[in-house]
Parts: sequence; C-alpha cells; structure tokens
Amino acid sequence: MSAIQKISRRNFLKTTAGAAGGLVLGFYLPESNSLLAQTAAGKLNAYVRVGMDDMVTLYIHKAEMGQGTVTSLSMLLAEELECDWKKIRTEFPGVDPVAFGPVQGVFGSQSIRTSWEPLRKAGATACEMLVQAAAQKWNVPKSQCRAENNTIVNLTTQERLSFGSLADAASKLPVPQTASLKDPTQFKLVGKSQKRMDTPGKVSGKTMFGIDVKVPGMLYASLQRCPVFGGKVASFDATKAKAVPGVKQVVQISSGVAVLADNTWSAMEGRKALVVQWDEGKLAGTSSATIRKTFMELAEKPAAPPAVARKEGDAAAALNAAPRKLEAVYEAPYLAHAPMEPMNCAAHVRADGCDVWTGTQIQSAARETAAQITGLAPEKVQIHTMYLGGGFGRRGRPDFVAEAVEISKVAGVPVKLQWTRDDDMQHDFYRPASYTKFAAVLDAEGNPTVWNARIVCPSFGGLRNGVDRTAVEGIAEIRYSIPNILVDYIPPDVGIPVSFWRSVGYSQNTFFTESFMDELAAAAKKDPVEFRRKLLAKAPRMLGVLELAAEKAGWGKPLPAGRHRGIAVVDNLGSFNAQVAEISIEKGKLRVHRVVCAVDCGHVVNPAIVKQQIESGIVYGLSAVLRGEITIDRGRVQQSNFNNYEPLRIDEMPVIETYLVTNTNPPGGIGEASTPAIAPAIANAIFSATGKRIRKLPIRPEDLA
Amino acid sequence: MPAIEFTLNGKRQSVDVSPQMPLLWVLRDTLGLTGTKFGCGLQLCGACTVHINGIATRSCGTPISSVAGKSVTTIEGLSPDMNHPVQRAWIESDVPQCGYCQSGQIMSAASLLARKANPTDADIDQAMRGNICRCGTYSAIREAIHRAARYAGSKVETTGGGQ
Repeated sequence: MSAIQKISRRNFLKTTAGAAGGLVLGFYLPESNSLLAQTAAGKLNAYVRVGMDDMVTLYIHKAEMGQGTVTSLSMLLAEELECDWKKIRTEFPGVDPVAFGPVQGVFGSQSIRTSWEPLRKAGATACEMLVQAAAQKWNVPKSQCRAENNTIVNLTTQERLSFGSLADAASKLPVPQTASLKDPTQFKLVGKSQKRMDTPGKVSGKTMFGIDVKVPGMLYASLQRCPVFGGKVASFDATKAKAVPGVKQVVQISSGVAVLADNTWSAMEGRKALVVQWDEGKLAGTSSATIRKTFMELAEKPAAPPAVARKEGDAAAALNAAPRKLEAVYEAPYLAHAPMEPMNCAAHVRADGCDVWTGTQIQSAARETAAQITGLAPEKVQIHTMYLGGGFGRRGRPDFVAEAVEISKVAGVPVKLQWTRDDDMQHDFYRPASYTKFAAVLDAEGNPTVWNARIVCPSFGGLRNGVDRTAVEGIAEIRYSIPNILVDYIPPDVGIPVSFWRSVGYSQNTFFTESFMDELAAAAKKDPVEFRRKLLAKAPRMLGVLELAAEKAGWGKPLPAGRHRGIAVVDNLGSFNAQVAEISIEKGKLRVHRVVCAVDCGHVVNPAIVKQQIESGIVYGLSAVLRGEITIDRGRVQQSNFNNYEPLRIDEMPVIETYLVTNTNPPGGIGEASTPAIAPAIANAIFSATGKRIRKLPIRPEDLA
Repeated sequence: MPAIEFTLNGKRQSVDVSPQMPLLWVLRDTLGLTGTKFGCGLQLCGACTVHINGIATRSCGTPISSVAGKSVTTIEGLSPDMNHPVQRAWIESDVPQCGYCQSGQIMSAASLLARKANPTDADIDQAMRGNICRCGTYSAIREAIHRAARYAGSKVETTGGGQ
C-alpha cells in the first residue's frame, strides 16, 4: 500500500475519436511496481477530452474524498495543456481495467505520486497535437505556434485559434511520443495554491454523495446484521416489520435481514420491529480482555519463532552483554474510521446487467464484488463513482457494495442500502489493536546501540516470509542510525475484522517508536531534539523537518507557565514530517494548544491542499489520542455513535502551523502523512509536564495526574 | 393522515407522511432536498442542521409534525446563488474537504451570525461545537465565520443600513 514508488513511469499513449468529437487522449498511470508487471503495454488509464465547445474534460479514475484529488490532478493536466483553468470539467469514469489499469481507486496517498508524470505528459501531448493542428491550418512550422490560455497563437501574425476549433483536426493526428515537459521553474499553476474545484458544490449542497442517489423505482433498505462478528441468521420473524407503514419487503441475505421501504426512515423503523434469532458463532466469547491476553501471551511465549522483519548487527548478543537494558511495552486499541457519511450503496441488478452508485475508494473492487454476486461478467457491471463523505481507508472495502447488490438481486428492485451510525461503528474493518515490546541499550555516551522490538499485531493481509510489512512499518524501517537492530513480528488471529485506517501501520507504530525514542533520550539525559539529531545525521530529509519544526516551535525557548512541548518525527508514504505539540494540563484535563508541523513532501502541487491535508491528518490522529477506542464485549463492539466514540470538536482544535520544506524531489504522499506523529508528540509533551510516560492509547485521566 | 403544512425555503409546502417521520428524511427522501445530511441520527454531529424559524435545529431529531406552520430553511434555500455571506466566506476560505458536514456547518454558522453579527472565538466554539467535521476543517471554519461577519458588516454599510 504505502511502498514508495520506484516506477519507471512509461506512458502508453493512444488517441481515439471521442463519441462527441474532439481530441481524446488516454494514458496509463501505474499504481505500483507489482501491478505494473501484470499490466501489458497499451493499456490506458485516464482520458483527456478537448471538446469542440472549447471545454476540457478530465476523466478522473480516482475518487474525491476530501483529499483534493480532483483539483490537484486537474492542475497537473492544465499546467502542460495550457488550457483555461476555468474551462476544465471533471468526471469520474466507470471501471475500465483496459483503460485504467487493474486497480482503480484511491489508497496509500498515491494519487499525486502516480499522476505526477503521466498527467503532465498527457497534457503536454494533447497540447502538442493542438499546436500541430494549428500549424497545419496556417501552413506554418510548429515552432511558429504557441499554446496559451485555451488557444494556439500564431507568433508571426498574432492570430489565434481556440482549442475547441482545433480539437477535431488534432484528434486525427498521430500521437507524438516525445512531447516534452516544462521545466518546473516555468510552472504557472503547479506549486501555487489554487482554490478547490469542488468547493462551490459543497457549499451549495449540490454535490452528489452516495447517500444522495435516487434511482427510479428504488426502495430504501436498512439491514440488520448479527451484532457478533461472524454470526449468522438462525431464524427471523418479519410480521411486525411488515406492519410498519411504508415497509414493502423483508429479505434475507448472507449478512443479515434487510427491510425495504419507500423511504429510509420507514426502513429503519421496520428494522427495529424485526425479531431475529442469531447463531452468534465462535466469537461470542471474545472481549477486549481476552484479545489483550492473547497478544501478551504471544509476545512472551510465541507459539512459533516470530518472523524477522529487520535484522542488522547482533541485537541478541548486544542485549545479553549489556549491563543495563531499557524495556517498555506499548499498546494501541482498535479504532473505527467513522467518516461523516455512514456507508451506503445503491444498486440495480437486472438479468442483463447491474448498476452500482456509491462512494468507494476502490472502484475495481466494487465492480469485482458486484460481478461475483450477480454472476454477471464484470463488463456488465457499471460503477458510478459518487463523492465520498470521508473515506480514511474505510471505503476501500466493498462489503457495503456486496450487501446492496445482494439485496437488489433478491428483492428484484433497485435499492439504496443506508447504514445507520451504529452500523457504521459496529461493522467496520478496524485499525487493529497492537502490542509491542521494546528493548534498547545505551552506550556510555548515551547513544543507542540496540533497537529491539517484538510486534504483536493482526495482519492487514499479505504475509511475506511471515512478515506483514504494513504491520511493522514505522518500527522496522526507522531511519535512526543504530548498529544492532532486531524487529520481529507475530500476527495473532482474533477474528475482529481489520483494515487500513489513515496512515495504517504508522498510526500506532510511530506512537510506539517516537515515544520509546523519547524514553531513550530521557535515559541518556539528552534533549529530545539533540538526541534525535545525532541519530539522523545520515537521513537529511528527516533531519531537515526535525530542525525546521524545532526552530518554528521555539524549541528550547521558555514557554508560558504550565505549557509543555513534545516532538516526534516520521517518514511515511514518501514524505517526511516533524511535529511539536504544545500542551497544558489543567485540573486533570489535557489541552493541546498548538501544533507546529514541518513537512517535506517533495515537489508540492497545491500548497493550500497540502496544508489542508496536514491539518486534517493531525485532527484525525488527535481524535484518536484523546478518545479513540473501540472495545469488544461478547464479540460485539461496545461503541455505537459519537457520544461514546467522539471525534475532536471545534472548541478543542489547536492552532496548527504548517511549514513546507521547498524542494524539487518527486512528490510524496500527503493524505496520511501527518496522522502518525501527533500521538507521540503529545505523549512526549505530557512526559515533559508530568514525568509520566504514556504507553497506551487513548490517553486516560489517570495518565495526567 | 392529514397533510402537514409548513414553509420550506420561502414556499408553502405540504407533505402527507407519518407525523413522527423526522424532518431530515422528509427533506431528503420525500422532497428530494439532499443537501441536508444524515450523520448520526441522535443530534450528536450536526450534519442535518437546518433553520426552523431562523434557529439552527437538528432535523434528524425533529418530527415533521412539530414543524407544522413553521418556516424551514435548508442549505438549498439559504441563498439563490451562493451569495449568502457565509457561503461567500466558505468559498473564499476554501473550507470544505470531503464536504459532507459542510451544509450543517454553514447552517449553524448562518444562524450564529444572525444572532450575533461579530462573534468572538468563544461564541464560535459554543455555536459550532455541535457540528463534527472528521476532515478537521475547524480552523478554516473559524476563519470563514469571522470573514462572513466582515462581509455581512460591509454589506450593511454599503446599503446605508444599521445593525
């Protein structure tokens, strides 16, 4: 998911005449090394259309969940196309693996990284074709023509031809394979803050999210699932549900009993009247306490030798020989994603095809799921990508698509399945709980000579040599220079569904690593910044953000009475950031006043969106630090709504200052970059305030005493 | 069931639904005004905020029967052309990210400014703490409310009116 891209970004360009006329360009954007290998040459991934009406359409094979993809990808295109920024329209195309590659979606903060070159190249290629069309029309050399603001200018006569008037002729030209890209110093749009293109629709209430879809003849569905993970329907009585006004049908599907009505509320009311007997299955005895016990026992006495995630030097020997070891156990809870828009999906299954309207992060998974359930060929399934009311990883799962498609199939009508907030919180795929045991050794000068960690964390899927790289990221791949490193990994299977949660493995592992690093600094009696600085001498970009954050936060300078600082630094998704949190504890209550974040995410496309994402990621992490915890009792999630899983509110919002390191490295990911470091920055500030080390999240009142 | 009558976005509206049906679902499913969002169903998140007789109200917890004879304004009715000071400020400050909570945020902010032309940060905290944003746009919301207060103030000046 989050592997840094090392792709030779070959673009496979071809042109076809658009149905409505004009120039259509397709180009392939690779998602990852492994996926690239599976993709034959000639496959296309996105389309640019210059209409005869002079409008430029960008078909975005990604999804917009707030991260700014629509705006930033449009900027990349427009920069090279020299089109009028105001004449761009965007659309989300259907799933097309031939055109868009095998995995169509948004995940791993990859949109800019995988589009940076191909989209600019597509813009440049389209531009060159328009130039050539104009040159032919004027019968002048190409060098005498230049693109400017949706027109081609004849540099000799100063005549102009609009893009629209040239689109048809341009579309008939062979695609140039050598369109050159601008030198970044010539960028007009890229690198400068541009307003988001999706703001007006979101301010007028017109933007269409999945929940807003209405299909002719559609019924509204609410689904009762077994409260215990893995449980099944034993029997049910729908008599009372069917008596609720507005209820039209009650159907059983594989994950529960669905009530269909002529509006959402009636469906929910009907569902409340259902009587269902459950076969609760084997997780009915599982609780947070039994899960924790399993993790602890595995950490202490592994059933099998743990898989090695990283080994350098001889940590075991160094630990044995050391007169003194530093040891600590860190823990993190399950977390729900809780996007503001509860899961939903509209589906219409017919004998000859299936339409699905939903906000999904991975359109190709949605299509594959619908094809499997309906038995239709994937090409017969049309995925209509709606705007996402938040994703954070949750909408990468197609479970809600599967349910809607199955309900429509069984009921024989178009349906829109709407989850309640309780459904959303209790049937999520959670950020896994984890348990990590550290040991370290300091030499006589206070420099760490051993970094040893045993990570017990359910796997996100995809073990290689016994290691899930995602579960160990942020602990195994530390950039600190330490001669003896041993990190091993144990994946317990406790049955709770888990998946990617904004920043994934880093979301808990950076808290562990950066807190324990702070413990080492304290044991060495060194300033936390100085301690890290020395160990990061060979990691210049880490060092850069560390020093910038420290400088901007006034590290080392006096604070008002009662205020304390903590620092943490991380590299993830090809980006680097350091955060300094400034806190106080008043009457046993933690207040985060200010967060200074220094970011190096390489070449920045839209600084305003980067700043938005940095703030967004910090708030998401801060909510988890303060109150985020999903607990299990008798196989059920105990939290249900925003009263017992309460995100940060505006009156708790710290001042966040973001500072970007200017450079021309390739772009890094930004959507998830800032979530990991906020927890350790705060925990380290609490240590500074109280002398007490926070080793378990979320922070509890007794931690602040 | 007798039809329930109320004013919706300045026009008379009549609906023939269960009196207990929450205003939220009447707006969204019966009347097709989907700008008002469902977030929690328990008046905890503010995504469903509308104005009832000018007061910011959670429509998810408001039975339709209780709005009979009253005036309801939704995001669709706040202005005909996004020209409400709060909407202009929201655009200028580029507030939304995913955007899902923003109709509710805007309706809460508009109600605050109608009561208090120049709200302090503490006023904003108090009026807006019922509206959750998972994307964390809170600092932009605060900035935009102060900006909207300036817009509203300057509008008053240009038309020569008082506050």
